[in-house]
Amino acid sequence: MEQANTAIAGEPESPLLAVRGITKRFGSFTANDNITLGLTPGEVHALLGENGAGKSTLVKMLYGLLAPTEGEILWQGASIKLPNPNAARALGIGMVFQHFSLFDNLTVAENIALVMPASDRLQDVPGKIDGISRAYGMGLEPNRPVWSLSAGERQRIEIARCLLQDPKVLILDEPTSVLTPQEAEKLFETLDRLKAEGRALLYISHHLEEVKRLCDRATILRLGKLVGTCDPRVETPRSLAALMVGSQIMEVRAAGAHTLGKDRLVVSDLDAPSPSLHGVSLKHVSLAVKGGEVFGIAGVAGNGQSELFANLSGESLARRPEAIVIDGSPVGALGISDRRALNAGFVPEERNGHAAAPDFTLSENIVLTGHGSDGLTRLGFINGAAAKDQSQKVIAAFDVRKSGADPLARTLSGGNLQKFVVGREILREPALLVINQPTWGVDALAAATIRQALLDLCARGAAVLIISQDLDELFEISDRIAVIHTGELSEALPARGTTREEIGLLMAGMPGGANVAGGSAHAP
Amino acid sequence: MSFDPQQIQDILIIIVAAATPLLLAAIGEVVAERAGVLNLGLEGMMIVGASTGFAFAYMTDSTIVGVIAGILGGVLMSAVFAFLTIGLATNQVAAGLALTIFGRGLANLIGEGFVGLKRSGAPHLYIPGLTDLPLVGRLIFGEDFFVYFAILLTGAVGYWLMRTRAGLTLRAVGENHTSGHSLGVPVRGIRLLAVLFGGACAGLAGCYLSLSYTPFWSPDMTAGRGWIALALVVFASWKPWRALAGAILFGGVAVLALAFQGLGVPIPAQLLNSLPYLTTIIVLVVLSLRDSRGALAPASLGQAFIPDR
Repeated sequence: MEQANTAIAGEPESPLLAVRGITKRFGSFTANDNITLGLTPGEVHALLGENGAGKSTLVKMLYGLLAPTEGEILWQGASIKLPNPNAARALGIGMVFQHFSLFDNLTVAENIALVMPASDRLQDVPGKIDGISRAYGMGLEPNRPVWSLSAGERQRIEIARCLLQDPKVLILDEPTSVLTPQEAEKLFETLDRLKAEGRALLYISHHLEEVKRLCDRATILRLGKLVGTCDPRVETPRSLAALMVGSQIMEVRAAGAHTLGKDRLVVSDLDAPSPSLHGVSLKHVSLAVKGGEVFGIAGVAGNGQSELFANLSGESLARRPEAIVIDGSPVGALGISDRRALNAGFVPEERNGHAAAPDFTLSENIVLTGHGSDGLTRLGFINGAAAKDQSQKVIAAFDVRKSGADPLARTLSGGNLQKFVVGREILREPALLVINQPTWGVDALAAATIRQALLDLCARGAAVLIISQDLDELFEISDRIAVIHTGELSEALPARGTTREEIGLLMAGMPGGANVAGGSAHAP
Repeated sequence: MSFDPQQIQDILIIIVAAATPLLLAAIGEVVAERAGVLNLGLEGMMIVGASTGFAFAYMTDSTIVGVIAGILGGVLMSAVFAFLTIGLATNQVAAGLALTIFGRGLANLIGEGFVGLKRSGAPHLYIPGLTDLPLVGRLIFGEDFFVYFAILLTGAVGYWLMRTRAGLTLRAVGENHTSGHSLGVPVRGIRLLAVLFGGACAGLAGCYLSLSYTPFWSPDMTAGRGWIALALVVFASWKPWRALAGAILFGGVAVLALAFQGLGVPIPAQLLNSLPYLTTIIVLVVLSLRDSRGALAPASLGQAFIPDR
C-alpha cells in the first residue's frame, strides 16, 4: 500500500484504461461533461461524487453499457470503441455492480457460466469456481441457487465472476453498501491482493473512510463535471465531502440535552411468520422507545427490516393486539389509518412505489397517507384545496425542489422526493415516527436536512424509530441502537460507548459484543 | 364397455392425436415464456397455421409444402407480436389478445375458398412387422411424422434449455432482463428469436389440425386448443417433459369428454371441457405449496424491456 506515492499528483505516465474529454447526454440532460481520467496498473482509484454526479454513467461507458456522446476511451493509449460489455470483458475490463447483476433462480455456477467465453465447456465451470474460490478464500458452492445466499455471498459471486476472466481493470460500484463491517474488511483484503497483482481498480463508494483506507488517488465528480483529482490519504473525510458537495455540509446537531419522556412505542414478544415465501419471519421482537428518543435498528438488508416495518405500520397485523402498544393503546390488530389516528407516522423504505405513488401528484400523495386522519376528505370526497395547501406547507418547510405547481411524484429527484415524504409525516407532528431507510440514496445535503428534522421532532417529545443500513447515520443520530438479524432483534445498546465493530458482529449474527453493554438496554 | 385390446389401442391413438397439437404449441410457448415473453396469441397463431397450411397443401397437393407454409404463417404472426412487444415495448397481454382476434379473422379470410375441400391425411409410419404388432404396433410405430417430431422436439428443447449455454442464456433473460443486459446479453435479440420459435411451433400445431387430425379446413377449427396449450405451459411449470405428460393428460380428458357424450354418460360436456383448466389450477396450488421458493414462473415474464443507451 505504500507504493506509487510519487505518481499521485500529476497524470501517471502509462494509463491502462483512460477516458479523454468524454461527454454523455440523455436528451437535453448532460450526465457527464468533458471528463478525463486514467487508471494505472497497481492502483486503486476512487471515483467520488454525490448521487446524480454521473459516476454510474461514467463506469457504464467504460463497461460498454452506454455509448459516449463525445470524447474517447483509450486502452493502453489507443482509442477504442466498446459496443457492448462483451467487448469490454474481452479487453480485460471487469465490473462488480452496485445492484447485483445476478439471477436468483439460477445456481452460482450458471450465473458465472453466463459470462465465460464460449470456448469454455459448461461442465468445467464448477471446477473453475472451486479453484478461484479457494485461491481467494471465498467459500462459494457452485450448485447453490442464488436466492438462498446472503448479500455478502452474492457479492463474492460477482467478484468471482470477474476474477475468472482475469481482468486487468476491475470496476467496483459501491461494493460495501450491503456488507457488514467485517465482510467489508474481508473485501478490502481481496482488493489489496488484486492491487498487489498489478491490476487497476476503479472504486466507487460513499464511505469516505473506506476510500482513505484503500485508494491511492481519487477523482471527484459534481453534477456531471470533473471537480478534481486528489490523494485521499492526505485528505480528511470532511474535506473530501466538501469537494463532492461543493460547499460545507452543515453538521447535524441534537437540539441540546433533552429529557426522555414515557414509553410511546412498546413492542413485546412480537412473532410474525413471513408473509412472502422469500421473506423473513420475526421472532420474539421486543423493544421500547421513549418520547424524545431516537431508537436505531441496524442490520444487513433482508434480515427482517421490511417485515418489522410492515408490522409496526399496520401493513401486516400482529397476532396479539397487545404485542404492539402505541401510547398505551394496543394496536397490533389495527390497520394503518387507525394507527395514524393515534398520531403515529410511518415512512417506508421505497419512496417511489411505497411511500409515494410515482404517477400521482404531490397533493394526491398527501391524501394517500392523510385521508383517514388529517381532515383531507369529507363524506368520501377529497378536499383538493386542503390537500394542495398541506402539500405546499411541506414543500416550503423542507425546501423541496420541483418543477411546476403540483408535479407528479416521479418527476422529483430522489433527495427531494424523500424530503417530501418525510416532511409529509413530520408536519403532522406525530407522537411516534417509524421510518425505514430515511436517507437511502439521497444526496448529502438532503440527508443532513432529514436527519436534522428527525432530531428536532424528537426534541419536541416524539419517539422516533429508525431502521437503517447506514451505520454512520445510526451512530450520528440514535440514542440507542439494536441490531436485527434473521428476524431477531438484539438488546439495544447505547450509541455512545458502543463501537461499530460490536454492532458489526451483531449484524453478522455473532453476539460477541452484546454483553458489553447489555445491562443498559432498559436503562432510562 | 368391452375390453377389446384393439379398441384400447384405438383410444390411445386418439389420445395421442389430441395431445400432439397441444404439445407442439406448448413447447413453443415454453421457450417464449422462458425468455420472458408471454404470448397469449397462441390460438391466433395456430389458426393461421392451420388455414395457411391447408391452403398451400391443397394448392400444391403437397403436405410438406403445406407444413412449411403453415410454419411460416405462424412465424409471421409472431413477428407482428414481436414487433409490438419487443420492438415497441407494448403490453404483452393486450398484444397477445389482439393477435388472437386478428388471427381468427385472417385465418378465415385465407381459408375462405377452401371450406368443404378435403385432402387425404398426412402419411403414417409403416414398418413391416413392428407396426403390425398387436396392442402397441400402431400406437408406437404407426403414427404420422407430426407425432414423432413433437416428441423429438420436446426432448431437444428440454436438453437445449437446461444443458447448453444458449439455453442458459435464454433462461437468464427470462429471469432478469436487467441483469442480462448489464452482462452484455442481447436481451431483445434473444426474445425475438424465442417468440419466432414459438410462432413456428404454433403454426406447426395448426398444420397438424388441418393436415392430419381432421384433414380439411373449417373456420375456428382450433376450438380453444391454443388456450389449453397456454394452461398446459403453466401446468408443466415451464418444463418441456412435464408438458409432454400434461399434453397426454389434457388430450385424454378431451377424448374422454367426446366419448362420454357419445355414450350418453350423464355428465355435462361443459364440465368435462373445463377439466384442463381446473387441473391447471389444482396443479398450480399443489406446486406452490410444495415449492418453498414460490418462484415457478420466469421472474421477468410479461415485462417489457427498454435498454438505455
